[in-house]
Amino acid sequence: MTRVGVVTFPGTLDDRDAARAVRLAGAEPVSLWHGDADLHGVDAVVLPGGFSYGDYLRAGAISRFAPVMGEIVDAANKGLPVLGICNGFQVLTEAHLLPGSMIKNDHLHFVCREQVLSVDNVDTAWTRDYTAGEHITIPLKNQDGQYVADEHTLDELEGEGRVVFRYQGWNPNGSRRGIAGISNAAGNVVGLMPHPEHAVEPGFGPDGAKGPRTGTDGLRFFTSVLTALVG
Amino acid sequence: MPKPEILDPQGKAVAGALPRLGFGQFASVRQGKRFELEVDGPVTDEILAAAREAGEHVLSNPVIEDVVAVYEDTQA
Repeated sequence: MTRVGVVTFPGTLDDRDAARAVRLAGAEPVSLWHGDADLHGVDAVVLPGGFSYGDYLRAGAISRFAPVMGEIVDAANKGLPVLGICNGFQVLTEAHLLPGSMIKNDHLHFVCREQVLSVDNVDTAWTRDYTAGEHITIPLKNQDGQYVADEHTLDELEGEGRVVFRYQGWNPNGSRRGIAGISNAAGNVVGLMPHPEHAVEPGFGPDGAKGPRTGTDGLRFFTSVLTALVG
Repeated sequence: MPKPEILDPQGKAVAGALPRLGFGQFASVRQGKRFELEVDGPVTDEILAAAREAGEHVLSNPVIEDVVAVYEDTQA
C-alpha cells in the first residue's frame, strides 16, 4: 500500500485531518515528527496546516529548519511528491521549494469560509484526478494568506502553468493575481492556502451539490498522488 | 523592515492611532523588527558578517523584507 507521510510540527493543527484524508483516499498515513530526520520510506509527504512555532519570526520560518525538513527538501528535489496546505504552503516557501511568500490578509481579518477555486493545472502529482479549469469548493481559513511575489516571478509562474489554483468569485486575502496555490517546475511540489483535507468525507465537508456538508472536492488531491505514484 | 510595497498592518494601525494621541505630524508609519544577538567576547568583523548572513537568510525573508542595518552596540 502507498504510504504518505504527514508531518507534525509543534503547533500543527490539521495533521489528523490530513492523515484521515490519506486513509480515505486509499493510502496508509505515516506520522512524521519534525525532530526526526527520517522519512521512514514514505512515497509522498503532506505538510499540514496550523500555526507551527506559533508563526514566530514569520509563518513557517522556524519549521523550515526542523530536522525532518532537510530530508524533505532533498527528497522533493529528487521528485518526491510534497503537498503543503496553508501553514505547510508557508513552510514550502520559506524552504525555497516554492517561490514567493505569504503576508497578512489585505483586509487584516482571519478568514474562514467555503472557497471556490479553479484547478488550472492538472499535470501535477496532486491534481491529476481533476479536469482542467474545474471549479472546486474547499474550506479556507487563515490570517496570513495573501500570496506575494515580484512581478517577474508571477509572470514566470503563469508562463510555465505553475499557477495550479486560482480563487474564483472573490479574492479572499488580496493574493497577487488571485493565486491560491502553485507548484514547482517539476510539478511534484504543490502548495495552496485552502484546505482540501477538510473536504473528503460526506457529512463533514462544505455544502455540495447533494446537500449540506456533502462536498468532497478535496479528496482527489489525495487520490491524485496515488495515481501519480502508480502511473 | 517590510519592503515598501508590502502591506504593513502594524505600521498602518500605529499611523491611525498617532493623530488621535496628538501626534499629527507623521504622514505614515512602517514598523520593522530589531534582533539583538549577543556574543561572548569581542565583536569581530567575522561575527558582524555572520550576523548579516543570519539576518538575510534566517531572520528575514528577502521576498517581503529588507535587512536595513547590522551594527555593534556595546551599550546593551
